[in-house]
Amino acid sequence: MPGFDFSNYNRNAALHARGVPLPKATSTGTTIVGCIYDGGVVIAADTRATSGPIVADKNCEKLHYIAPQIWCAGAGTAADTEFTTALISSQLELHSLSTGRKPRVVTCMTLLKQHLFRYQGHIGAYLVVAGVDPTGVHLFTVHAHGSTDKLPYVTMGSGSLAAMSVFETQWKPTLTKEDAMKLCSEAIQAGIFNDLGSGSNVDVAVITPDKTTLHRGYVKPNERSQKLKNYKFARGTTAVLNEKIITKDEIGKYVSVQTVEGEQMEVDS
Amino acid sequence: MAMFSQNPVLDGPNYSFAEAPTVRADGFREHRFNPYTDNGGTTVAVAGDGFAMMAGDTRSTSGYSINTRFAPKVFKIGGSTSSQEDANILLSVVGFAADGEALKERLDAICKMYRYRHGKPMTVNACAKRLSTILYQKRFFPYYVYAILGGLDEENKGAVYSYDPCRAGGAAASLIMPFLDNQVNFKNQYIPGSGVGHALQERERKPLPRSEVESLVKDAFDSAVERHIEVGDALQLMIITKDGIEEKILPLKQD
Repeated sequence: MPGFDFSNYNRNAALHARGVPLPKATSTGTTIVGCIYDGGVVIAADTRATSGPIVADKNCEKLHYIAPQIWCAGAGTAADTEFTTALISSQLELHSLSTGRKPRVVTCMTLLKQHLFRYQGHIGAYLVVAGVDPTGVHLFTVHAHGSTDKLPYVTMGSGSLAAMSVFETQWKPTLTKEDAMKLCSEAIQAGIFNDLGSGSNVDVAVITPDKTTLHRGYVKPNERSQKLKNYKFARGTTAVLNEKIITKDEIGKYVSVQTVEGEQMEVDS
Repeated sequence: MAMFSQNPVLDGPNYSFAEAPTVRADGFREHRFNPYTDNGGTTVAVAGDGFAMMAGDTRSTSGYSINTRFAPKVFKIGGSTSSQEDANILLSVVGFAADGEALKERLDAICKMYRYRHGKPMTVNACAKRLSTILYQKRFFPYYVYAILGGLDEENKGAVYSYDPCRAGGAAASLIMPFLDNQVNFKNQYIPGSGVGHALQERERKPLPRSEVESLVKDAFDSAVERHIEVGDALQLMIITKDGIEEKILPLKQD
């Protein structure tokens, strides 16, 4: 029978009443934005990855390749954004090969939303999809539950409100490439400085009808300051409790060594 | 459709993502009140030979938001006026800012009363004991703060007292404390060539000079800011010596 399956509703209500907590929605510690301009589209992202209050990666990449002229900014669960974009990138490449046409942004967006909707939000990928195809310039957002928007400027992640405040005060219908890059980078910086989930640098990707340019580290407003002291330890500071030297001839005593004879295996150069 | 006949009754058991269940299995309704919040931040205190240094970042947060980039956490305590010009004690509080403020005001009032009654300022030692009593009086509804008290003892040696829920306090304490153990107390450091294996001699502990401690604290905070999202904006340094209290504000990263 088609439609939704509510068979677990009563069980969940009963469990909750007995004190079983429902899974918490994962927070999206990120700022990502996108903005179309006359002749192309710009997307941008910050580069901080967090786990709880700890910064896990100070310079990660949140701008993902899908096709040469279609790129994606991802917020939410890092693994989900990475694997979902890679999966759809692969499907889109095969589709483009079998049809002999360039991939379209709507196709990409539809594949993403259908994949995410199937998993009912459990795949925590919040994406900004942007690109140029034979039908024109496109910019979308895709939420983890499968809903999509098509807008001239978009923001996502925990810094989305800070970033949107920049768009709402500075955006105008006609923008040059430089205007759009500046606007996007300022929106990301609003997220970097006002949202604790976002930080470090600004990455920008510009997609035009003829090429995509990725500016990794477009703005670096948070360089680490020089240490005041030198923390080099004198040799011998650490106690050596045990020392054992294994020579190359003796290695057979610890692991099994097999010498491979014959031709070398064929590998990519 | 049997499914719909079992729709949730009004006021019956229901569930939401936002709230914990209010009705227990036995039917009793449990009401709850959450008076505490965590405003993030970190404080550090180091005692030297003729000085004590207290430091804290000035960022105040709630969740992923910044309340303000300048909310000092280190206070002068026990001066004869509100300007605290002749104060001889420092108190740092980190955790729940409102409780921190209340605790500071209370301890300051106590120090002032002591000054009026006895005609002399309270010693750091006495103040430390009094703070311990104040905190324990609220054993079952505690001030939600990590407090550190600092000053000079009767021999003009630096003294810092830390209070339970523990020396470096706050969000990034677990990041800074091991660094301080190694660089201030020389833990896990041995004198090169002084022996073999366990027979190695430990590096001798000695009080660090003030300039050294200042650099150490600044480096500690710069590193904490790199890896903790709730620490940043500015570093407030207070140095107490026999000549008085000196305050410094140094910039930290703002992201």
